[in-house]
Amino acid sequence: MGFFHHVWTITHKDLRSELRTKEALNASLAFSMVILVLFSFAFDPSAEQIKEFSGGLLWMVYSFAGALALNRSFAREVHNDCLDALIASPIPPAALFLRKMFANFALLFAVELVSLPVFGLFYGVPWTGQIGWLLVVLVLGTWALSVIGTLFSALTINLRLRELMLPTLVYPMMIPALMACMTLTSDLLQGIPVTGENYTWIRLLVIFDVIFTALSIVFIDTVLIG
Amino acid sequence: MRDKILFTLATVCAVILTWNIHTIFAEVPDELNQGAIFRIIYFHVPANILALSGFGIGMICSIIYLFTKNMRYDSIAEGVTEVSLVFATIGLITGSIWGRIIWGVWWAWDVRLTSFLVCWLIFAGYLMLRRAIEEPIQRARLSAVVSVFGTVDAYIVWKSIEWYRNQHPGPVLSIRNGGGMAPGMEAPLYWNLLALFLLSVILVMVRMRQESFAREIDSLRREAHSF
Amino acid sequence: MSTQYALEIESVWKYYGDFPALRDVGLRILRGSTVALLGRNGAGKTTLLRILAGLSSASKGAVKILGADVRQESTRRRIGVLGHGISLYDELSAMENLVLFGKLYGLPDPRKRAEEMLEQTGLIRVRDGLVREFSRGMRQRLAVGRAFLHEPEILLLDEPFTALDDRAIAVLQTLLRQGHDQGRTIVLSTHQLREAMELATDVALVQRGQLIFSGERTQEMLDDTGFLYRTYGEN
Repeated sequence: MGFFHHVWTITHKDLRSELRTKEALNASLAFSMVILVLFSFAFDPSAEQIKEFSGGLLWMVYSFAGALALNRSFAREVHNDCLDALIASPIPPAALFLRKMFANFALLFAVELVSLPVFGLFYGVPWTGQIGWLLVVLVLGTWALSVIGTLFSALTINLRLRELMLPTLVYPMMIPALMACMTLTSDLLQGIPVTGENYTWIRLLVIFDVIFTALSIVFIDTVLIG
Repeated sequence: MRDKILFTLATVCAVILTWNIHTIFAEVPDELNQGAIFRIIYFHVPANILALSGFGIGMICSIIYLFTKNMRYDSIAEGVTEVSLVFATIGLITGSIWGRIIWGVWWAWDVRLTSFLVCWLIFAGYLMLRRAIEEPIQRARLSAVVSVFGTVDAYIVWKSIEWYRNQHPGPVLSIRNGGGMAPGMEAPLYWNLLALFLLSVILVMVRMRQESFAREIDSLRREAHSF
Repeated sequence: MSTQYALEIESVWKYYGDFPALRDVGLRILRGSTVALLGRNGAGKTTLLRILAGLSSASKGAVKILGADVRQESTRRRIGVLGHGISLYDELSAMENLVLFGKLYGLPDPRKRAEEMLEQTGLIRVRDGLVREFSRGMRQRLAVGRAFLHEPEILLLDEPFTALDDRAIAVLQTLLRQGHDQGRTIVLSTHQLREAMELATDVALVQRGQLIFSGERTQEMLDDTGFLYRTYGEN
């Protein structure tokens, strides 16, 4: 009970902070819109072509916009040495990690939900067909991005080249999860429900999320305390 | 003593490699379907095997470091990962050359090449991270964590790309024909594996010594600056 | 709470690479004492305080706070820390900041305690103002308030008097004296020898990572603020 109380307190703080400034939110949203527009110039796909890579396109937009938000998550704590105060407080580092992760998840998910209809609009892709499964994939994929992104954000806070190191480390690590999300999303956007083969991808996502959440909780102490 | 070991290993390695190269070019006949280029397999496969096992060893050393806080393990982890990255690069380049000759393309998104590329990116990131941290203990600590995450992820990458490519069949990969090599032709491969393994041991040992010198200099520098 | 020592440090070494920032430091601090931790920049004061606060771990040696390991939750609840930064969130109000930390430290009524603290630090009128709009002195006062908020038994303060305005210094001195009267253990590192000496019951001098002096604060040290450095250290 105590543990999750802690988690909630700070998630709440993070979200309130973010809503007040809306820095990361606006930046991510704006960025995702920009990418959507740019891609439409770069590819100008036909309806048939779009079906094939809609998933890929969408998740690229999500990953890039997400990187912006993720960078801020622990970076915000460095200013004024807030991170030290949090580590010195009774809150377990694992709880600290989880709350950061939840706050990031909420932020990313919000951006994704807004971008989805816009994407559908720009590319003439119907996205409501398999909305249930689509949301499941969104949740699993965003969880993956949040876990990896938050942990590496914590890892890179004190580094000189923080803004460069974060995407360099996160994107290669995310490839398995992104592959799964892209494949699943392409199919779902065409209205194809999740069947046989695709269940493998869902399983992969779940395994990915579980393994890396566990690893993050185990290693967060090592990362934060030097 | 250490120098003697290095020297001995280097000699043995050079001898094996020379003898092997002679065997490969002079004695092994051209392969039926692939022609002369097939010989590249003698470097491609050992390089890949060493790269993958190297990354795994790097992870184990990283974990040992985290438990014991003994900097030697950090040095080994770094050396091994660096050398593995070099071998992975060799694997990618030789694979690419082979692909150009056999398939006509410099690059193809088949299982092994893609997986190796992703591994390469992950561990290049590891090395970049190390360059970005000046303080040795912090560097050891953080890169150990990245090594663990990276290796676990590399394993997941392999599994998932296998699935992916099974769903979307690409060019048939036949770099290793599942043991379909004629008996006489396999031996040089294992000799090369041994030679390259010795080479990697030498490189890691040299690297470790470099690291301990660098650390000493760093600490002297700090001492000089502190007062 | 069977131990009479608030802090016990035994043979502590801290390495940055091969460089020892702390060498074989041993120190026992009785409960209720106020210790002034002195030393030049780079001597190792901040390193030592960070280890005591649980922000950093010693490479070798044992550290006990109130008889227990500092990373234990129950121990951390009884420690208050004030570092170089103010450790406050710019985009939250003074009230919100204190309530947040109150919750983190498990206070039964965070809002009430936050209000009390805001009164004490003279910030009650700007309780809903965002920290980023505060002047430097106000931020420092709030930071001090945050450190004392949960009435910790042990206070670790790293150069708390640095760059404070008069009002903030007064607030800090009041709180420190009060804390001492209430039996709290206080360790503060400082350059401002005068203010430190007045409040301190004990003194410890760190130089090049070593503890070269620790003992009671004497009248001599109070009258002649350079005394310690000249006697024990290099000048």
